[in-house]
Amino acid sequence: MATVFIPGSMRDLTGGQAEIEVHGSTVRDIVDELDVAHPGVKDWLVDGNRLKPSLSVAVDGVVSPLGLLQDVEGDSEVHFVAAIAGGC
Amino acid sequence: MSDQSYEPSMVLATKTFDVVGTRPVRHDGADKVTGRAIYGADVTLPGLIHGAVLRSPHAHARIKSIDTSKAEAHPQVRAVVTSADIADAGDKTVDLGEGLTRLAFIRNNVLARAKVLYRGHAVAAVAAASVHDALEALNLIEVEYEPLPPVLTAPEAMKEGASLLHDDLTTTELGKPTDKLSNVASHFRHEKGDIEKGFADADLILEKEFDTSTVHQGYIEPHNTTALWNNDGRIQIWTSTQGPFTIRDTTAAILEKPVSQVRVTPTEIGGGFGGKIPVYIDPVAALLSKKSGHPVKIVMSRADVLEGTGPTPGSHIKVKMGVKNDGTMVAAQASLAYEAGAFPGAMVIPASMCVFAAYDIPNVMIDGYDVVVNKPSTAAYRAPGATNAAFATENIVSAMAEKLGVDPLDLRLNNASKKGTRRADGPKFPRIGCVEVLEAMKSHPHYSAPLEGPNRGRGVAIGFWFNAGLPSACNIAVNADGSITLVEGSPDIGGTRTSIAMQAAEVLGLPIENVSPSVVDTDSVGYTAVTGGSRVTFATGLAAIRAARDVRDQMIKRAARIWGVDADTVEFEKGVFISRNGTENRMTFAELAPQLAATGGPIVGRAGVNPPGVGGSFAGNIVDVEIDPETGKVTILRFTAFQDAGKAIHPSYVEGQMQGGSAQGIGWALNEEYFMNPDGKMMNSSLLDYRMPTSLDLPMIDTCIIEVANPGHPFGARGVGEANIIPPPAALAHAIHNAVDIDMRRLPMNPVAVMEAIWQKNGVTD
Amino acid sequence: MPRKVQVQTKLNGEQVEFLCEPRQSLLEVLRDELGLTGTKEGCNDGNCGACTVMFDGRIVTSCLVLAVEAEGKEITTVEGIAAGNELHPIQQCFLEGAALQCGVCTPGILVAAKALLDQDSNPSEEKIRFWLANNLCRCTGYDKIVRSVQAAAEKMQEAR
Repeated sequence: MATVFIPGSMRDLTGGQAEIEVHGSTVRDIVDELDVAHPGVKDWLVDGNRLKPSLSVAVDGVVSPLGLLQDVEGDSEVHFVAAIAGGC
Repeated sequence: MSDQSYEPSMVLATKTFDVVGTRPVRHDGADKVTGRAIYGADVTLPGLIHGAVLRSPHAHARIKSIDTSKAEAHPQVRAVVTSADIADAGDKTVDLGEGLTRLAFIRNNVLARAKVLYRGHAVAAVAAASVHDALEALNLIEVEYEPLPPVLTAPEAMKEGASLLHDDLTTTELGKPTDKLSNVASHFRHEKGDIEKGFADADLILEKEFDTSTVHQGYIEPHNTTALWNNDGRIQIWTSTQGPFTIRDTTAAILEKPVSQVRVTPTEIGGGFGGKIPVYIDPVAALLSKKSGHPVKIVMSRADVLEGTGPTPGSHIKVKMGVKNDGTMVAAQASLAYEAGAFPGAMVIPASMCVFAAYDIPNVMIDGYDVVVNKPSTAAYRAPGATNAAFATENIVSAMAEKLGVDPLDLRLNNASKKGTRRADGPKFPRIGCVEVLEAMKSHPHYSAPLEGPNRGRGVAIGFWFNAGLPSACNIAVNADGSITLVEGSPDIGGTRTSIAMQAAEVLGLPIENVSPSVVDTDSVGYTAVTGGSRVTFATGLAAIRAARDVRDQMIKRAARIWGVDADTVEFEKGVFISRNGTENRMTFAELAPQLAATGGPIVGRAGVNPPGVGGSFAGNIVDVEIDPETGKVTILRFTAFQDAGKAIHPSYVEGQMQGGSAQGIGWALNEEYFMNPDGKMMNSSLLDYRMPTSLDLPMIDTCIIEVANPGHPFGARGVGEANIIPPPAALAHAIHNAVDIDMRRLPMNPVAVMEAIWQKNGVTD
Repeated sequence: MPRKVQVQTKLNGEQVEFLCEPRQSLLEVLRDELGLTGTKEGCNDGNCGACTVMFDGRIVTSCLVLAVEAEGKEITTVEGIAAGNELHPIQQCFLEGAALQCGVCTPGILVAAKALLDQDSNPSEEKIRFWLANNLCRCTGYDKIVRSVQAAAEKMQEAR
């Protein structure tokens, strides 16, 4: 099961839980699963059929350019972070 | 006798290469030392006319009316534009590669709508036969303003009842929109562990407040653009920019054109450092061209650059850290209130990612505030946000070391982030070089060199920048003489066309002279994100590597066809195609190249990337200073810069980045600031009074390149452009403290500030 | 508006003639009338040195010289440093020493450095820094610039 780290600003949707274990072989699967148990999570994270443009997903520490399409391994960690290229 | 050999770096990347790691002369070198290189202001076109921009004299005012009739009547004026000539942006958002932003913020900054929000805010523009005529015509534009009270610092702007810049800006509080009208665009928080428990566990807690002033990137070349709105409706722009695709997409959005109707050609660029990512004058020049029927060139004056572009945020920072007596850091808390300038978007999120990133601390809380003030709308400046934050964090870390009686590098080493350390903003670090940079600093001769004499002191500091990946594209074509042409879209500010060419040369076993790189316009290469974020050598380099591999694979197939063997049996090693099926078939790249036309046609390799596997970079400084106790002047006696480059593709360019960032950090630390009077006018908007370091202000800047290979890049490269600007203000503050026992909490630490601190310490009153 | 003035001057070793308004600076005329865009504008008030040219044996910021003052003078710009197709040692050393990053300050620095080496064949680091103090560079921190001037001095001495 992948472990999803819930950003602070989303925790009221998950009853305060900061880390949730979820089944899923892609980030999309995981978001869908999370939304079943915690309705509203998908609206918070997703715009149409992509992650909201202000968000990126990092799987095992690596920010993925594939967003919802990113594969997730059995025991991966999934983080939603601000989509910032940063600097210059 | 000059010494062009350099101190050996601490190399941990174990592979050596043929081209990567050497120091060839750059491909654009002859052009740049003979004055032939075409920078934006050098562009000329038939029928060119000249534009100038009218800017607000008020820091905050409502625009009641604009009368351009007299300017339009001037015999040499060909066109006048105001905000009325651009559509309202409404609620549209644009993605400029730095996350989403409201188009209105950019569009209303390009030409003020309804209100001016800073002195220097563009209000109107004219195009005339000569630049002198255009400047004269600006005086004929009559603008009626209703001045409003300005707010000039984050704390001021955050107070209840403060004058509000926007009548529709509400605070997004911890990720949720609110109805609260405010100058605080957003307040966000990162949390890790339990901050209260952390401080309860600490034996020593230190808490301080810091202030940093607005500073400018200071590129020597002012912004410029030449635009032609052609009779077929297509817009062509030649401009000094870090991101031609960003200029294209933003200009198209503002002018409501599809991107296919806008082509941007990046000219050679005289420095950017982040300040040449935003759009300022390109849509204005395009509109002037549309109205006049001529190509229009606009070149900003230096005063306009300082007052009308994007300096970096001033900030008010609070840091509180807790440590146990055995030197283990247990808690860290920061409040980062950053001035965004006129429109939201201060680089406070990156600051929050870096403020404690160097240390493995179990309990962390970071609050960030994006606050609008009546100053120019801020832009990125080399590792934006992180330098301010490190000035605070590193002060406290060094103070903790002093109180605990431990070596300041040892305290850092004992808590240094490593692979697997979790940052407060969430992700875990992959392989990074924090420990290696600190160890290099500790073992460097500078650290143990004696420093004797009064008013002298040594300081250290480190910093982290996460670096960017982002999209890049590259095409490579094979020439009949065995050379290749390489086409990419990353404006070359420091030699990257060569470091990218070196990576392709390495893959194909070619000498660097056999690669001809070009930086091209937005019609000629696939989407490529900005030259910034320390990304080009990494990401565009990766695109070049993959395009070169594509060439290699196609040529393997071609050699196989020529030899009549299976492509699986053909290998490519050090520039030679070898058939491994028992025959003696061998062919060099140069021998195969002239045969391509007759054996199937030209070979072109290509790649588009948006790479994961970005490697962050740690940087450190050791600096020795001497303070003049009568004047407060800080003289730098010796400066050594350390940085993890992963793998230095072109070591001279890595050294150059380290030296350049150090010089900017030194200017930021010791002298640079926007002097604002209470009306919000910058009193020092010239290069005389906004004084950046000269050759007399700096010693040689020694460099030590550490190479902890980045597993995400075939040669191990990490971005190096930015992290080096982060430590200098903190290292200098530490050195000044060790020299004369004062605690500098404000930037810049100019002679006046140093003297006031010395007098205060000595109990001297007026 | 006053009529344009005709000016005759020696520019990079060649006699040239141009027309200019009295209010135009030498910098403006070099770039916009004579098409020599190698000399750059960074500030237009003498504080950055990007517009440095040789003017009758002195280095000056051409933004603060009126074009009409060029009458009868000898001026050298960056375009006049190379000898035909051969780069001058200072140019070659700048390339080998990676003494430029964005390159916009480079023309002014090359003119100033060449002027120094023409009158002092072995300048100290301190003298080089003093000589270049009016040429701002924001990219390099001056380290490789100073080292490259030292290398050029050595190269020029060997050639003698």
